[in-house]
Amino acid sequence: MVNTFARFLDEPARYFHENFPDYPEMNHIEGQILDFVARLYHDVFSHLELFRERYDLFLDSTIERFDREVQFYFAYLQFIDTCREKGLSFSLPVVSDTDKNLRCWDGFDLALVTRLVRENRPVICNNFILEGEERIFVITGPNQGGKTTYARTFGQLHYLARLGCPVPGREVRLYLCDQIYTHFEKEEDIENLMSKLEDDLVRIHDIFTKATSRSIIIINEMFTSTTVQDALFLGKQVLKRAIDLDLLCTYVTFLDELTKLEKTVSLVSGVDAENPDIRTYKIERRPADGLSYAHAIARKNRLTYQDIMERIKS
Amino acid sequence: MKPYLLFQNRDFYPKWGMLQKSPLPDRWREREYDSYWQSLPEVKRMVIQDLELDILFQAMAREDPFILEVVKNVILTGVSDISTIIYRQNILKYCIQNHEIIRNVYEIASDTLLKYYKATSWYSGKSANSVRSTSIRSLELFIEMLVALRDIAQEHAQRFESAGFKTLFTTISTECTDEYLTEVRERLKALKLENGILISVRLGKGNKGTDYALQEFRGLKRMSWIHRILTKEEPGEYSFTIADRDISGFKALGEIQEKSVNKIANTLLQASEHLAHFFAALKTELAFYIGCLQLRETLMQKGQPVCFPVPYEVGTRNLSFQDLYDVCLSLRLEEPVIGNDANAAEKDLVIITGANRGGKSTFLRSIGQAELLLQSGCMVPAASYSSDVCIELFTHFKREEDHSMKSGKFDEELGRMSRIIDGMRSNSLILLNESFAATNEREGSEISKQIVNALLDKRIKVICVTHLYEFSKALYEEGRETALFLRAERKPDGKRTYKVREGMPLQTSYGEDLYNRIFCRSVTPNTKNESVGIS
Repeated sequence: MVNTFARFLDEPARYFHENFPDYPEMNHIEGQILDFVARLYHDVFSHLELFRERYDLFLDSTIERFDREVQFYFAYLQFIDTCREKGLSFSLPVVSDTDKNLRCWDGFDLALVTRLVRENRPVICNNFILEGEERIFVITGPNQGGKTTYARTFGQLHYLARLGCPVPGREVRLYLCDQIYTHFEKEEDIENLMSKLEDDLVRIHDIFTKATSRSIIIINEMFTSTTVQDALFLGKQVLKRAIDLDLLCTYVTFLDELTKLEKTVSLVSGVDAENPDIRTYKIERRPADGLSYAHAIARKNRLTYQDIMERIKS
Repeated sequence: MKPYLLFQNRDFYPKWGMLQKSPLPDRWREREYDSYWQSLPEVKRMVIQDLELDILFQAMAREDPFILEVVKNVILTGVSDISTIIYRQNILKYCIQNHEIIRNVYEIASDTLLKYYKATSWYSGKSANSVRSTSIRSLELFIEMLVALRDIAQEHAQRFESAGFKTLFTTISTECTDEYLTEVRERLKALKLENGILISVRLGKGNKGTDYALQEFRGLKRMSWIHRILTKEEPGEYSFTIADRDISGFKALGEIQEKSVNKIANTLLQASEHLAHFFAALKTELAFYIGCLQLRETLMQKGQPVCFPVPYEVGTRNLSFQDLYDVCLSLRLEEPVIGNDANAAEKDLVIITGANRGGKSTFLRSIGQAELLLQSGCMVPAASYSSDVCIELFTHFKREEDHSMKSGKFDEELGRMSRIIDGMRSNSLILLNESFAATNEREGSEISKQIVNALLDKRIKVICVTHLYEFSKALYEEGRETALFLRAERKPDGKRTYKVREGMPLQTSYGEDLYNRIFCRSVTPNTKNESVGIS
């Protein structure tokens, strides 16, 4: 039959298959047919009856749970070991729920480190220091310079500390927060019918309705889909709320003006002193560069010569 | 079996629009268009808007919604290999010579689809038995229509000299011989299962039946029912009868029958869908050529030239043309429009400067339109046109409406450019029309320079209309050999000829002329210039 139609069957658009409910039990027609089959093949079917009576199994539930839960500790320790072999530090952090001074030497991003270790590439570590009145890291600087990585690491440190795990870095002191909120750029979602700006605002508003002075907020490149002037205004409003709440925050932005508010620390993703096109992936504590307005927009849209050369595939 | 009229060795799949819903235009609803075209990438929307392609599409389709959907798809997904372009050009050449036969074949394909969808629309397609029986009916229809196509093919065999048509009609003739069609008809008859069925089955998990399959069955021996009851069962053969009132018993038996038909239903369905697809593809692919024929006819009636363009390999730089005009402008106006000549062979960068309202945008648009038409296999609105094919065409035009602040507009422009960059690869072509000018001249020039230099270094061809003097002057002074500088002509009396000719950028775009024309009708520009000279 198939042969007759073979010439019309290449690259079929779909397969038809009617599905029937697969109940374990039989209906009486199937039963009747099976009866006849059993009568035809008596030898084979007599073995079945014996087998059924013989075996029954059970598994102890405590052992089953232990087996599952201990996996977490094993997995984490194993992971740490592969990092330590590369000379990276892990330490159990000193945590406090009152002191907002922050210290971590040589922290690194766990999401990135897996890939770098696998590809045998060097891992760049960064320091996280907040002292006295300082509460907020505002990070600016060239794209692909490690800003997002820094923000991610900041979140990971606090997250892992709350789980009771050793965290990346040396001599780590961390604040024990009640909750970590993140606001990273999201693809526009057709489902929710909101513009990106609107979506940004709704999300950040949600965060601030829940956040307390004990919370941590991490914001990565917010308000990119509006004019620079708007982004500046909105960014200042958001930061002001964070300042008023006195919470710990990391804010990645392309707007240099946001680095000059109270309680903030200006961090800049570093470039090589000789050749500014080479990224050091070091996040340095220094004032923002302050480039011109049009350039800020070009930079925001990743349209500088260097950006385009990196973005277009040959 | 495939028509292969747009590609030598594969089908054409419409990527966007109503054809994804159904090949029957009378099933399309006005309100659904937006959602079916929603997945059209933004960069393509920009191209349609900037080059005013809707006018072109309408002219090709002449109000036929099916052809409109097809030409939009084909033109927006141009190809970049030359052999496909030549393949299509040859098919089009023969369509021009044999347009009656082509329209006839097109009608047969349309008619078949209509009948097929009428016959298959009512069933849900979920039950194996209903799939089996509708597929048999569809296959019977297709066989009949293939015979009609075969007859045309045999009658006109020698006239179809293009490779595409030759292959198509040879395929139909050899695949649909009388012997084969007889075999198919017999098979279909047997699969109607009018004489009962024989099913094989294996024991599966829990001793339930699995792998139900239909076996070839010629029917029971003719026996009266009383004879059948009285006949003793042969050894190893058992039978039972379902009682009249045992509804669930009949249901269970029906299910067993459906299970056994499953595979065959699949084969029949695939075969009939294959042929449905063949006819749909035939109609779709021919619709494009009919669109081309109609465009050619319209332009020729206006007395404007059309020609088969000459494509060159990706990566070479071979743009040159004579009497190339903006086809959408021509379609909108009563009288013929003015064409332009240019030779940009070996050029990576074309910078067009000069008079406001001097035909720069029109010139730029005409290149974009011709490029798309060339890469779809269509004819081009010019006396002659040759160009290297690009990987993809992008347009970045200044947008007229600006409801926001000035800085917002600059931001919008760069945002749009950034989204273009996302999809760009080497050997793309980009048309820039007064881009990045919504800021001050110095910054606009600097950003333009960075962007254009990066694009050129990535081997992207850039054709650019600009008023940014600092930018165009700097490029001109670099004196690179791969750049061509054109200028919209302005006669000394301020008159525009709408001709674009070679020339270096000038500091003024003669906006003053325009100002004078609108504000000081009484004063001629010349007198004003003189008075400035005196003071």
